[in-house]
Amino acid sequence: MSEPILRVAGLHGRIGGQQVVEDVSFEVPATGVTALLGRNGVGKTSTIKSILGLIDRTGEVHLGDTRIDRMPTHRIVQQGVGYVPEDREVFGSLTVAENLRLAERDAAPRREFIQRLFPDIHDRRAQRAGTLSGGQQQMVSLARALVNENRLLLVDEPTKGLAPRIVDEVADALAEAARTVPILLVEQNLHVIRKLAERVVVLSGGRVVFTGTASDLLDDEDRIQRFLGVHDAADPHDSTAGSAR
Amino acid sequence: MSTVVLLLITGLGLGALYFLVASGLSLIYGLMGVLNFAHGSFLTIAAFLGWEVGRRVSDGTWWGLALSAMVGLAVGAIVAAATEYLLIRRLYERHIEQALVTVGLALASVALFEGIWGTDPIYTRKPDWLAQTTEILGAKIPNDRFLLIACALIVLGGIVLFLRRTRYGLIIRAGVENRSMVTALGIDVRRSFTIVFAIGGAAAGLGGVLASVYYGYVSAHLGSVLLIFAFIVTVIGGLGSLTGAAIASVLVAVLQQFANFYLAGTGDFVVVVALAVVLLVRPRGLLGKVA
Ligand SMILES: Nc1ncnc2c1ncn2[C@@H]1O[C@H](COP(=O)(O)OP(=O)(O)O)[C@@H](O)[C@H]1O
Ligand SMILES: [Mg+2]
Repeated sequence: MSEPILRVAGLHGRIGGQQVVEDVSFEVPATGVTALLGRNGVGKTSTIKSILGLIDRTGEVHLGDTRIDRMPTHRIVQQGVGYVPEDREVFGSLTVAENLRLAERDAAPRREFIQRLFPDIHDRRAQRAGTLSGGQQQMVSLARALVNENRLLLVDEPTKGLAPRIVDEVADALAEAARTVPILLVEQNLHVIRKLAERVVVLSGGRVVFTGTASDLLDDEDRIQRFLGVHDAADPHDSTAGSAR
Repeated sequence: MSTVVLLLITGLGLGALYFLVASGLSLIYGLMGVLNFAHGSFLTIAAFLGWEVGRRVSDGTWWGLALSAMVGLAVGAIVAAATEYLLIRRLYERHIEQALVTVGLALASVALFEGIWGTDPIYTRKPDWLAQTTEILGAKIPNDRFLLIACALIVLGGIVLFLRRTRYGLIIRAGVENRSMVTALGIDVRRSFTIVFAIGGAAAGLGGVLASVYYGYVSAHLGSVLLIFAFIVTVIGGLGSLTGAAIASVLVAVLQQFANFYLAGTGDFVVVVALAVVLLVRPRGLLGKVA
């Protein structure tokens, strides 16, 4: 395997004095999708936020050869990191076009690519993002990350709470993106993980408890049950987010 | 009828002053979470320096007043930007310390102004027309009210254009809604903090010069009184909402005028009651974002 794009070593994260990420270490290969998994509340979102410097953190994080764990968030992102947060976090009072314009960092943003990938939101450019459906907001959030050429995408539960048809659309968009940029993906839907992920990192109690290929985990019903607290669903569209609670 | 018209237009004029202070307070709080108690000091120093320059060049004329206004705008912007850059920025995200620093600055600056310009009000001259009245529906309206209203409208329009049409305006609007997501898009949101302070300071500075026209004097305490009402306006309008600040400025000032006239000088009391009612019924203010 070539050099990893992201190396996380001994990462600790705190929210309001509480330790939510404990000594987390893993690597993200320079191609394909790596899934960051674990039950609700194990610290997946907090790990992503620690990497981005959105919460207090210590430890070593390298993006390629660049050490990024002392940088402020905006500098990290400027190194070529795209972020699709949990719950989308679009700016509801801004229009779709304004949301995208705000996100454009590159001199030549990939507007045609976005237009082709998400024709629906292109038609709604003048609409306030707060009035869009959840699925459309997720497209805007993805588009904000994909409009720039990035070296890494951090994508946190992009299919959460979406209808099955939209889940497929989001998964397709991620598959398309993954052809050119490595992705660290937090996802609860096993069907989506199966489709996209090559490698998996599993967290429990703020620590890494399993690292391996996707099939190492997903072909082992026992591991799925132990690490994710779910049975592999017969219905491919059954989001496991609910049943894991 | 003529009394109602007089109270209404005077209320609008006073509301214009409130808005010039409250617009900056609201934007600063909305974007940065900073309660800026030094905002009144920006107004006062701008009023003094505007007056000092204006009276030396051409006292009591339109040209002198225009010059005062320009000096006021510039001084307000520069002093506010310097305050952000030198004091507030070092206390990034430490909201209590930031508020305390601005309180300290407010207290110290009033003492400084008293040391330089004395404790008594200094009466100022204005262009003759502003001291005269115009009759509207039988009411004799002092002309300076019209100047105040016109200036506040221009400032409101200018800020709205800036927020709608510029990249920094876009960053500020987004930052008021969700600041950490703005940084997560690779934007150094701190740079826009200085700009918001400068804009708010400029509006307050112009407000200082206009307040000296309205009250007919400059004094070290000019900003302190207006700041109290501007804070009330900001809370009633909804912290972070420019439109809310504009609407609340007018509501508060008009209410104050009517209560002063019809309820035996209870204007200030009624305003505080209105604040309490808003806080109880709608804590986020008229147009504030959901916290
Ligand atoms: N804003 C917060 N304040 C306090 N604790 C939090 C906050 N956000 C998350 N946590 C705690 O941090 C832990 C990890 O949460 P999170 O990273 O969101 O987990 P996941 O994304 O894996 O569901 C949980 O125990 C959660 O309760
Ligand atoms: Mg999460």
